[in-house]
Amino acid sequence: MDEWLSSLVFWTLAAVIVGSALITAFARTLVYAGFALLFTFLGVMGLYLYLAADFLGIAQLVIYVGGILVLLLFGVMFTQGGGLMKQPGRGAIQIPSAVMAVGMAFVVLLHVVLYTPWPVMAVERAAEPTTRTIGTLLLTKYLLPFEVASVLLLMALVGAVVLARREAKEQK
Amino acid sequence: MMLQPTLSHYLVVSSCLFVLGLFILVTRRHAVRLLMGIELILNAANINLVAFNHYTATGLDGHVFAIFVMILAACEAAVALAIILAIYQQYANIDIDRMNSMRE
Repeated sequence: MDEWLSSLVFWTLAAVIVGSALITAFARTLVYAGFALLFTFLGVMGLYLYLAADFLGIAQLVIYVGGILVLLLFGVMFTQGGGLMKQPGRGAIQIPSAVMAVGMAFVVLLHVVLYTPWPVMAVERAAEPTTRTIGTLLLTKYLLPFEVASVLLLMALVGAVVLARREAKEQK
Repeated sequence: MMLQPTLSHYLVVSSCLFVLGLFILVTRRHAVRLLMGIELILNAANINLVAFNHYTATGLDGHVFAIFVMILAACEAAVALAIILAIYQQYANIDIDRMNSMRE
């Protein structure tokens, strides 16, 4: 019964993720795609929690749902005014050929996933809090990437402000 | 039990996400939609990292890698949206097929 319930949770999460990603890919308007993306992110957060990655789950909620998705929706709203939003627009590449190419990539991926003998550990890992270990790793083994990432975030912050404000100044 | 999720199930889910993101990148022309596709692909990579870490490793290195991926995704989204807004002010249009000149 317990196993049945846990697999039900997994399959629900998988269905939510893939279904809303499909909507993101095929929705006609960007706003629908953005809101479908919300459910993809929430489903991925559920998968993280299901895999006993509690810190990552919360980080997913805060960064993706609270940050990136809001930014994307701002982008959608800001760029909607110009009357050029008649169509979400198809690329120069036609849909059938795109489906064929992407489908072949999917088949290759599935083949690799299903036929590779992954070195799975026999023992199921116990679910325990991960924050302490992640913090220790970030400040010991991964200290240099951590510091580089902080500088990168600062650069992105300043760069984004500079890029977004330049045109506004010229127009004044 | 067949329905019990294993490593392959997670990898299949992330493959679906990756392929859908790729499909968006190939077919769509709206720049914001392309960003959404990139986020899907990064999420697929993160699911892979966490699933492999859970099933095959003993430490939590995969989680740290996933955190770095999230940092990069945040940077990329911020800078890309700034660029998109600048382009929109320039061209009043964010059809990437028509962005073909670097200056006025």
